[in-house]
Amino acid sequence: MSPAHTAVIDLAAASDASEHRPLIISLFAAFVVATLIITVWAGRQTKSAADFYAGGRQFTGFQNGLAISGDYMSAASFLGIAGAIALFGYDGFLYSIGFLVAWLVALLLVAEPLRNSGRYTMGDVLAYRMRQRPVRTAAGTSTIVVSIFYLLAQMAGAGVLVSLLLGITTDTGKILIVALVGVLMIVYVTIGGMKGTTWVQMVKAVLLITGTVLITFLILLKFNFNVSDLLGTAASNSGKGSAFLEPGLKYGASGTSKLDFISLGIALVLGTAGLPHILIRFYTVPTAKAARKSVNWAIGIIGAFYLMTIVLGFGAAALLKPGDIIASNKAGNTAAPLTALEIGGGGDSAGGAILLAVISAVAFATILAVVAGLTLASSSSFAHDIYANVIRKGKATEKEEMKAARWSTVFIGIVSIALGALARDLNVAGLVALAFAVAASANLPTILYSLFWKRFTTQGALWSIYGGLATAVGLVLFSPVVSGKPTSMFPDANFDFFPLENPGLISIPLGFLLGWLGSILSKEEPDKGKYAELEVKSLTGVGAH
Amino acid sequence: MQQSAEFGELRTAHRSFAFPLTIAFIAWYLVYVLLSNYAGDFMGTKLFGNINVALVLGLGQFLTTFLIAWFYSRHAASKLDPKSEAIKSRMEGDA
Repeated sequence: MSPAHTAVIDLAAASDASEHRPLIISLFAAFVVATLIITVWAGRQTKSAADFYAGGRQFTGFQNGLAISGDYMSAASFLGIAGAIALFGYDGFLYSIGFLVAWLVALLLVAEPLRNSGRYTMGDVLAYRMRQRPVRTAAGTSTIVVSIFYLLAQMAGAGVLVSLLLGITTDTGKILIVALVGVLMIVYVTIGGMKGTTWVQMVKAVLLITGTVLITFLILLKFNFNVSDLLGTAASNSGKGSAFLEPGLKYGASGTSKLDFISLGIALVLGTAGLPHILIRFYTVPTAKAARKSVNWAIGIIGAFYLMTIVLGFGAAALLKPGDIIASNKAGNTAAPLTALEIGGGGDSAGGAILLAVISAVAFATILAVVAGLTLASSSSFAHDIYANVIRKGKATEKEEMKAARWSTVFIGIVSIALGALARDLNVAGLVALAFAVAASANLPTILYSLFWKRFTTQGALWSIYGGLATAVGLVLFSPVVSGKPTSMFPDANFDFFPLENPGLISIPLGFLLGWLGSILSKEEPDKGKYAELEVKSLTGVGAH
Repeated sequence: MQQSAEFGELRTAHRSFAFPLTIAFIAWYLVYVLLSNYAGDFMGTKLFGNINVALVLGLGQFLTTFLIAWFYSRHAASKLDPKSEAIKSRMEGDA
């Protein structure tokens, strides 16, 4: 039996001993029941396509800011970053910074014009000035690919978490859990649409912030609110000394790993504004001004949360043995729940079991809310961009379009359940960073060129989307993430020809370059009239939906 | 409308603010990433207790993000919103 299995069983046994495992299951169940009630309630109010795709556009800036936070702070942020900091110290902190700074791109350049000029999907804006069918197909394809990468990370998180909590170590058990998450997200989205998803995300954001504040407070309390002391203990306990608090533990080893760090940094900061599940949230508010307000709220909430991840991650390093973190999950994904157990009084105590249950329920809620958002983004794009505008050439009725959206939800749910089983041992923050890289390479160039460059053409859009997408996904496929290392998806195979784990350094500039090149080499003239229309609409909101 | 002086002003007011600021915060972020990579000794310098330069610069990124968001929103409310609302109400009045 591998050490990972032993540790999981020890932990499960510890929870058993204090007989608090029913508590964990009840908290999970309570969240599921509450969200299902919300979903059914929202489903009754979902009648038109605007209700299903955009929640009726009636949410306030604050509500949407909260929902954006709930959509964005995924298992990657909560489990992944805490784990990365716990294992690699300072280098894990880059995720927090990149994930936050990235919001400025959305605030300054994307949120308001997108809200003014689109209707339901990212494709609405990308295809606005272009030939509809080819660009919508491209936008739909990249939306679905980015969302599936992201879904994979959440599924990996769910598998890890539940196996830790319930002591499920068999592969069948883990696959069943992933399947349960998949079924729940299908139910949320098909019944509740955007309205239900938004409320689930708001509830989750409140739970996540509350849970994180609680653990952060308890960790700080233990160190008498002396952060320097906390960092010192983390450094000495990690066995790495002061190097633990400096950059370089994960990425400083060689020239290649330093490039990987830059690649990751660029992908994080440019990815957010190209994530379809985030972009469609801007359609849920009535005006561009409300969209701006919602980004400001999101920056405040998300920023506060990431500041707490510092305490959470270094707290895990200070309170746990590094060997235990790795033994429980190779990528560190369980560091946060393990810390909750420890800070509450350890494995045999009621306090520990209760805190563990609370934090795990929060993480579970986090995963469910994010997967619902991702599934909604990809099924919206399939139904609105590909089915209604490409296959039916704009002649589908609202009813047919919504029906297509619901069926594609079921299909995407099944695909992600199947893929989720493969990604168990990857750090979920690393997996999400890949989704960011793909979004920054395939989507962001076309969004920015569409909005701000009048010479941009259909050919430019297609080169940029497909070129960025193919390069990013291709490089990941031949990277150490997929093969060649013990932590890879296929550790026994060796086709890791590309040395970096994150493709952003190559694929993002290439996406921008291809968009420019495709446009200047294009035989057709850009549609000047449409650009004028888009420019006025995007800045003023004239004729906005 | 796109050719009008009024819209030109709105476009300039948005671009001349948002573009340089975007370049600035991305540059500042990249400086931070590059320092982390290639200036380990400097980043590891302890300022007080166990708080080193790396941590302070990282927290600085948080601070500048909050400040830029606030700064942009103030600019948008005072310079962009009145212009865009004027254009919008006139165009929708015409229609």
